[in-house]
Amino acid sequence: MDRYERIFFVFSAAMLAVFLCALAYLTVGMNIHLPGSAGRIIPHDGESCGLAVLTTPPFNHPGLKQIGPGEYEAVMIAQQWFFYPRRMKLPVGANVTFRVTSPDVTHGFLIPGTRINMMVIPGYVSVETYRFIRAGNYRIICHEYCGLEHHTMSAEVIVQ
Amino acid sequence: MRTAVVYQPAAEFALPPFQRRIISLTIYLGFAALAVGVINGFAQALNYAGIDVFQYYPGMRSYYQGLTVHGVFNVIILTFAFANGFVALTTARGLNRPLNSALLVASLASLATGAALATAAILSGHASVLFTFYAPLQAHWTFYLGLVLIVVSTWLTSINIFLIVHAWRRDHPGERLPLLAFISAVTYIFWDIASIGIAIETVAFLLPWSLGLMATTDPLLDRTLFWFTGHPIVYFWLLPVYISWYAMIPCQVGGSLFSDTAARIVFIMFLIIIPIGLHHQFVDPGISPSLKFAVAVLTFIVFLPSLLTAFSVMYALEIGSRRNGGTGVISWFFNLPWADPSVAAQLLAMLAFMLGGITGLMNASYTINLEVHNTAFVPGHFHLTIGTAVALSYMGIAYWLVPYFEQRELWSRKFALVQSWLYFIGVLILARGLISGGLAGMPRRTAISLIDYPKLPGWREAGIVTSVGGSIMFIAAAMFFIEIGMTAFFGKPARIKDIPFTDTIEPPASEGFFVSLDRFRYWIAASIILCLIIYGPLIISHLPLNRLSVGYTNY
Repeated sequence: MDRYERIFFVFSAAMLAVFLCALAYLTVGMNIHLPGSAGRIIPHDGESCGLAVLTTPPFNHPGLKQIGPGEYEAVMIAQQWFFYPRRMKLPVGANVTFRVTSPDVTHGFLIPGTRINMMVIPGYVSVETYRFIRAGNYRIICHEYCGLEHHTMSAEVIVQ
Repeated sequence: MRTAVVYQPAAEFALPPFQRRIISLTIYLGFAALAVGVINGFAQALNYAGIDVFQYYPGMRSYYQGLTVHGVFNVIILTFAFANGFVALTTARGLNRPLNSALLVASLASLATGAALATAAILSGHASVLFTFYAPLQAHWTFYLGLVLIVVSTWLTSINIFLIVHAWRRDHPGERLPLLAFISAVTYIFWDIASIGIAIETVAFLLPWSLGLMATTDPLLDRTLFWFTGHPIVYFWLLPVYISWYAMIPCQVGGSLFSDTAARIVFIMFLIIIPIGLHHQFVDPGISPSLKFAVAVLTFIVFLPSLLTAFSVMYALEIGSRRNGGTGVISWFFNLPWADPSVAAQLLAMLAFMLGGITGLMNASYTINLEVHNTAFVPGHFHLTIGTAVALSYMGIAYWLVPYFEQRELWSRKFALVQSWLYFIGVLILARGLISGGLAGMPRRTAISLIDYPKLPGWREAGIVTSVGGSIMFIAAAMFFIEIGMTAFFGKPARIKDIPFTDTIEPPASEGFFVSLDRFRYWIAASIILCLIIYGPLIISHLPLNRLSVGYTNY
């Protein structure tokens, strides 16, 4: 290889390495994590996916629960074509763990203005945690195509 | 700068007329798909501004049916047809050898049948599942069968390519494969490995599931198999264009490719680094974050060959410009043959690809992906890459390819130039709209014109910009069809015997490590091992299969 080619190659590789270090810092240093393995929904013999969701804790009792001072857990169902619960009220500063699954098809779970962004796949539990430090009306949006009325699938989080 | 030519492409060679006709029909089938795709694309763009025109489209039941047409026609039928035709042609030309006519016809037949089946399923409203067809949304079985046949057509083309490469090697023992044939063959070897995921997904799961032979399927496994192919597929769209940028554009601008070896390394890197599709699943449950980070690193590594391409192609352009009197550090760029629509279109495509590459790197950036995943940012990104770097390059290539096929001169160079610039301006506006909408949380793949909640701040402006850009692109696409239609039917008859391709200043290495770039079996083995390292543990830890999903057809 030519000298200029080699210089360009090394420069490019170094640039990408710096970017990767920045990403590693975001994860390790700033504690921003991606969703991972957070449990499965496994139907018993002959049971449908929907029924399995209804009978598997905590999804047998979905809803917003306070689990400590300023600590909340939102157990949610994403299904064609709504989220349950449809509306949640939280105080400013609430640290919320969203725990979501789907009884039917694949959905999305996006809250613009936060870093909550995850896929909701039948058979799996999606979990992300976020602290709402600003008051306002946040919207939960299904961002994965899930059938005819996909665009009407949203819910509200009111932080005050 | 050295400009001595030490490696000349072999003497003129003409493909048998019958084979040239089959190849041209294959590519025209792709362009016909593009025409249908962009008509639906226009409606997609207007949707973002809150205008629902789908209700006026004959036979269209929903926005999502239109979106399925837009995706399947533009990025599966068009791209596969173009690759099958173009890369078969470049291999034959690179080796000065005719192809196997029976395989050429079989490939076209498989492609056309597959496209017809998929089209029937989509247009009848039984496959509004988008081009990603995530289970448990279930399409009619003819849709999956159609896709299988389309993939089979690429495998038939591979066999054709490998047969003539093998025959050439038998006749030329110990010689380096000519560059044009090398990069063509690697494109298809790469795709054959990459397509295994989608082949298993459709044949082992979705097809029997949609036929009712299997009641349930595992949605996460299906997704994972889809994305095994679904990311490399973008390089299968891109590599035929890289063939043009590396091997043809230097010749078209009067320059030469500098390094034969650098070009080969780039293509071999794409071949090795196949298993990066998991970066489309960064926010999926059920996959460990450490594996996701490993794939982010691999994705960054596969950015390298594209950076090297920027260097090599830019260098080749500079050589061409300086040979024709170009000077200065930057100003040589304006001395390129911008009046040649084939060159102008592809130069503009390269400029768009820089923005496309940067936004793609952002998508692939692990935690940054949380900001943009499945928002309009993503179509903003890929309309710069597949939608321009690839599509506008296809158009630029067509400006010499259609004259070559039809033995006619291009109908109007000026019209084609205006077309290219208009498309480029349109996509910049469209991408600006989509990217800003995405950053404001506007989801992709969503009928924004029909949402039942108030638009979030920033969506309205983003939507208007998007629809303006998309409308300009639509006009430019229509101009493309006028240009090639007029060329095919009314162009001045001409004798065009050969396709343009370049020489290299640095010849292929004749000794040392780089000679082994031609030993495909090493690189195939490396590629498969890397796939096993990334996907092996994932699949094993995923077992037993979680087959819990029946099909849903409420679309």
